[in-house]
Amino acid sequence: MKRCKGMVDVGRRQFLRGGAMATAGAAVAAVAPAQEAKAAPALAQIDYPSNRLANVADLKVNEPVDIEYPDADSPGVLLKLGQSVEGGVGPDGDIVAFSTLCPHKGFNMSYNGEDHTLNCPGHFSRFDVEAGGQQTWGHATSNVPQFTLRVDDKGDIYAEGCSDLIYGRMSNVL
Amino acid sequence: MAYKRQIDRLPIPPADAKVHNVTCHYCIVGCGYKAYTWPRNKQGTPENNAFGVNLNEQQGAMGTWVNPSMYNIVKQDGKDVHLMVVPDDDCVVNSGLGSIRGARMAENRPSEITLTQQQRLTDPMVWRNGVWQPTSWDDALDLVARVTAKILAEYGEDELLVSMFDHGGSAGGYENTWATGKLYFQSMKVKNCRIHNRPGYNSEVHSSRDMGVGELNYSYSDYEVTDTIFVVGANPMETQTNLFLNHMVPGMQNGAKFIMVDPRRTVTVNAAEEVAGKENVLHLAITPGTDMVLFNALLTHIVDNGWIDKEFIANSTFQGGEAVAEDSGQPAGLGSLDYAMETCRTSLGEAAEICGVSKDDIVKVAEWIAKPHDDGSRRKCVTAYEKGIIWGNDNYRTIGALVNISLATGNIGREGGGCCRLGGHQEGYYRPSDAHVGRPATYFDRHLIRGGGKVYHIWACDHYKTTLNAAEFKRVLKKRADMVKEAMDAAAGGTREELVDAIVAAVNAGGLFVVDMDIIHSQIGQNAHVILPACEANEMNLTSMNGERRLRLSEKYMDPYGQSKPDCLIADGIAQNMERVLNEMGNDEYADQFKGYDWETEEDAFMDGYHQGNPEVTYERLRAMGNNGVQEPVVGYENGKLIGTPRLYADGKFDRHGREDKKALFCAAQWRGYAAEGKAREAANH
Ligand code: SF4
Repeated sequence: MKRCKGMVDVGRRQFLRGGAMATAGAAVAAVAPAQEAKAAPALAQIDYPSNRLANVADLKVNEPVDIEYPDADSPGVLLKLGQSVEGGVGPDGDIVAFSTLCPHKGFNMSYNGEDHTLNCPGHFSRFDVEAGGQQTWGHATSNVPQFTLRVDDKGDIYAEGCSDLIYGRMSNVL
Repeated sequence: MAYKRQIDRLPIPPADAKVHNVTCHYCIVGCGYKAYTWPRNKQGTPENNAFGVNLNEQQGAMGTWVNPSMYNIVKQDGKDVHLMVVPDDDCVVNSGLGSIRGARMAENRPSEITLTQQQRLTDPMVWRNGVWQPTSWDDALDLVARVTAKILAEYGEDELLVSMFDHGGSAGGYENTWATGKLYFQSMKVKNCRIHNRPGYNSEVHSSRDMGVGELNYSYSDYEVTDTIFVVGANPMETQTNLFLNHMVPGMQNGAKFIMVDPRRTVTVNAAEEVAGKENVLHLAITPGTDMVLFNALLTHIVDNGWIDKEFIANSTFQGGEAVAEDSGQPAGLGSLDYAMETCRTSLGEAAEICGVSKDDIVKVAEWIAKPHDDGSRRKCVTAYEKGIIWGNDNYRTIGALVNISLATGNIGREGGGCCRLGGHQEGYYRPSDAHVGRPATYFDRHLIRGGGKVYHIWACDHYKTTLNAAEFKRVLKKRADMVKEAMDAAAGGTREELVDAIVAAVNAGGLFVVDMDIIHSQIGQNAHVILPACEANEMNLTSMNGERRLRLSEKYMDPYGQSKPDCLIADGIAQNMERVLNEMGNDEYADQFKGYDWETEEDAFMDGYHQGNPEVTYERLRAMGNNGVQEPVVGYENGKLIGTPRLYADGKFDRHGREDKKALFCAAQWRGYAAEGKAREAANH
């Protein structure tokens, strides 16, 4: 039993340390009506939908595919880069997906196939899709959100999560 | 690999969250933000919140959104509260735009909860037993006052060295510059002092001021209605971001041409080309340091083609030849346009050769600046410059040559005109006269390196990182400060009197007693004996003006971190302790000079300083003016509003030089090659 208590403590400490996450948990608890909260405690994390985006066979190297995730109001891009990158999935480890709303002011970005960046028409910010959406120049104060991908046995690609807050939302899942 | 925040949800500020006006303290532009704070256990809902928008919906571009960088948990009145600092759509400076600096204000606040900014100083510290020991304000200020008073009383005020910031924004502002100014220029008459970014107490743009033209004379809106934007030695897209995005870009969209003089191609040039089209942008990649020749050729071409503003020149500029002669303390003569042309006259061919650009491009620039429109109406041109020439070759004459063009074309004091530096930090200068410093001012760093001074007070300056010849400055200061540290270590366990005597003996042997005021443990602070923790904007109320002289009150929304205090109250504490110690020493007359510092808040310091010179301006009135504030100088108060001045010299009277006739002067900017020793060799080797 000693071990169980220790686990609880570790969990509690981690919970308290992440300021923004801790309050996020609280947000859900209050939105739900009181009786429901009693019946089923609110979850600490957002539940993301698992959405099929495409099949590996549909993708061609450096040809961006427009996607929407986690819902129709959140545009994104699915890319096969032609070389394995950190966070890439699929047989070649080169498939990645990002939100295309610039995390500065929310303009819809286009993919620049020459240097593999997402470019913002609003205020010229640029993000490197080979480096996990790293901003290489611009005014955003976070990197571009990257969608978490999974590929099943049939080669179907699913989005199931997101690394950062998507522009224009206080919660990634509305 | 990119850093992932792994944050996918933020708390929602409730409708009754407190809202505070905030002016971004990071750069001179001074963008408006709103800070929302609310109790840790409260929250809004998507439908009912402080933003007044339905957060169940995806917000559009330029809409309301909070990046996680705009969120933190901080202390307010001793309690943990949520904090969001979000760009203000209604502020005319930025119209809701943030930047990579300002949009991080919240996460750059010190927090014991999210552990941001843990390098902030929390307690006064005194060198004791070989380390810095945290201590009380009383203890630290007593030691500072005892050593300082003893040295000043015995050896005079020239033995006190002072480095003090004179900026607005951040931890500066009218409150704090007034306090240090009052302490060192009124209670004392310290002349061995310097400013945060240059090794003397002097202006960076002397020539513009000597010509009668204060260097921040326009309104940012002038960029939106001008015909040409002429930028020299600056990179506003990166360093005055929202000035570029919210004023220069709309100007280009309204048809303005864009000229950039810079040896390098920058992102600013690229962005200008994307906005205005390549045909409307001209980048002159000139040979470094040759700007003056280019300006002189432009002026010559403009004068010879008659594209000058004759009426303006006749009414507003000096007419009688030479007004100020060149001498050892005056790097160029000043006078009428004709007088200046005698030395400025430069042919297109000469300029093309020296500057490394084509004659055609120089002609095109001159046309874009000054050639009248087809219907004969005059062209409007805004001129903007920064460090590329301010800290460049022969800067007095170079800036003078640039201001010459604006004066000759009547582009100062008029809508769509202006000749301004772009600036780095905001301004917040209000101090007693510095006339006793003299001109030229002491070359401070050289004085210290040569062994000058016995006590050194440093206010938020880190010269180890930034000064000229920093390596030598650091080596000498460390050596001199170490002598005092050793003396203090040897005196450990003794009385306060023995400690003070040991310090005085060490400084008389060539050492230096160093007191450092800062928000963090800086590099120069490594060699301090007493370290006093200051707080920043928004941990205190703070007033500053931006690059178009827009004065705002940036409101306090959180507690100063730890025991830290506003610099004005630290200066107040030093003065009060000086008075007490000097009285104890029996030096009552000197002690009395340190009276008049009974401030309890930063507002008291503001009322004691800035308000005395600008009696219309109070905190309450500024608060009511919100994030749009008022443009200085404030000329009245009517119907509950402060009345400001959109641009200086609108009446055609120039007074920055202090001349009775209020006529602007032209600068005899004769080219003399690279003025600093070794520059020509450096350029050749480049
Ligand atoms: S442009 Fe300057 S004032 Fe505006 S947000 Fe950025 S750093 Fe702050």
